[in-house]
Amino acid sequence: MSAETTRTPVASLVGLDNLELGPQPGREFLRGNSAKLLGGLWPKVLAIAIVLGIWQLVYLSNYKPHDIFPSPVTVLPNLWHQAQHYQLWQAIGTTLRRAVLGFALAVVIGSVIGALVSRIKPLRAAIGSLITGLQTMPSIAWFPFAIIFFGLNTSAIMFVIVLGAAPSIANGLIAGVDYTPPPLLRAGKTMGLRGIALYRYLILPASLPTFVAGLKQGWAFSWRSLMAGELLVIIAGSSSIGVLLSNDQNQADMTSAMSIMIVILLLGIAVDTLFGSLDRTIRRRRGLADTALGT
Amino acid sequence: MSVTQRGFTAPQATGVAQPPEQAAQSHGSSRQPAGAARSPAIELTGVSKVYGKGRTSLLALDNVSLTVAEGEFVCLIGASGCGKSTMLSLVAGLDTPTSGQVSTAGRRVTLMFQEPALFPWLTAAKNVELALRARGVPKQERRTRTTELLETVHLGGFAGKRPHELSGGMRQRVAMARALAQDADVMLMDEPFGALDAMTRDLLHEELDRICAERALSVLFVTHNVREAGRLGDRVIVLSSRPGRVIEEVKVDVPHPRRIDSPEVAEVGAHLTGLLREEMASHVR
Repeated sequence: MSAETTRTPVASLVGLDNLELGPQPGREFLRGNSAKLLGGLWPKVLAIAIVLGIWQLVYLSNYKPHDIFPSPVTVLPNLWHQAQHYQLWQAIGTTLRRAVLGFALAVVIGSVIGALVSRIKPLRAAIGSLITGLQTMPSIAWFPFAIIFFGLNTSAIMFVIVLGAAPSIANGLIAGVDYTPPPLLRAGKTMGLRGIALYRYLILPASLPTFVAGLKQGWAFSWRSLMAGELLVIIAGSSSIGVLLSNDQNQADMTSAMSIMIVILLLGIAVDTLFGSLDRTIRRRRGLADTALGT
Repeated sequence: MSVTQRGFTAPQATGVAQPPEQAAQSHGSSRQPAGAARSPAIELTGVSKVYGKGRTSLLALDNVSLTVAEGEFVCLIGASGCGKSTMLSLVAGLDTPTSGQVSTAGRRVTLMFQEPALFPWLTAAKNVELALRARGVPKQERRTRTTELLETVHLGGFAGKRPHELSGGMRQRVAMARALAQDADVMLMDEPFGALDAMTRDLLHEELDRICAERALSVLFVTHNVREAGRLGDRVIVLSSRPGRVIEEVKVDVPHPRRIDSPEVAEVGAHLTGLLREEMASHVR
């Protein structure tokens, strides 16, 4: 062995590893998170203040009579008042139950269809573009069909929720499977992953971020379908957010209607935040978080 | 260590590879010499590969014959369009030749690429473990084997890190551990260090040397880097471009351990560069 190569190569290698990794982010990262939370809060507060300000200005302009366009000073206390009554919470409960059930159904159906279409070529040729077509179809257009078919009941609403959400979910899965990076596929095949194992250990995890994006979009569609459905399909004896809103319309109670709209908006934002944090967790674990604008 | 003559010998240009026995033995005492009776680890006989049909068809490989003996390290070098990657796909069984025969005599074959292609949702350890799982290694054994393999590539302390938390060189070492987990006898490498900086590459050459010797791996190593070929190979096979043919085989008689900046390796590199330039010049239209 010549003298020049006897200096341990392992030491250089390990040293290089340490140099390349640099200081570990660990604790600083955690501290950054709580700071980020606070830092992310003030723009939101500012945005809300601006919206309320514009609202108040329109109100003050006397563009519409004050009972037709109430000010935030009237609406917000009304919302607070409603929040102290059982009726609103019962309505939220009914609506969220429908939303969760309908969305869960859509996830199951959308995933099964997505999995089948992504695997079976003739099936993709047959209904691949149909799925995208369904996705662009406004779900409200399905209501006449659903009401005639199922009658004025929850099934009609569920049907439209599923039709609204399932195509997005299926498409998310299909896109995820399609865009599994070829190098990973090659590595998986070299490793001997075949058939179901290939799906379980490679293709499904690889398509997870795209699938979650599909879920998020599917949720938005199903929430819209649900709101439309609750306004159109009024079921006697069952209160829901749509029913409350519809009652307000009938009684021309703009103050209450706007309160309910704020509730709908808040619920939508809350669920979207859940999906957003799920999405960010996945991206961070895969080292994709840096490319996304963190909030 | 048996020190053979320094420098290299270039047999006359021939389409058929030399019998590789001597070549294997020249790789120093640490590597397993191929017994004369054993079949070659890789054997390509008159292999051609055509992509597409009719007027748009492309002849990627034209009547290529070569062998890699057991425990031998053979580098493939050539300009673009020489069908190096096609050849690896054929040996790995990911593709079939249009004519001719490819044989690895039933040996396990594994591939490594320029990109580490680690699964980003798994930690380094889980990436390695998945390869063991795919082979059906029982759970108890998987854990100890994973630890061993990561230690083999000096990444014992990074088992819990995800690929994006590692440097390029470390990722490629995890990929190496994963390839080793497949317990293959034949390792096909497609420019595995092409994307790394020279310093890291140099250190990984040493790692690769050690691992190949320890495990008596037979390696077919594609590279664009003439020095790398001289640094690593027992033999270097020079391919022509469009179609890929074997134009020359260079036996590297530099004793191990080698250094990429040694005059002997540089000499081999210069010779290979000359051959490649000649080949490229022949494509002037």
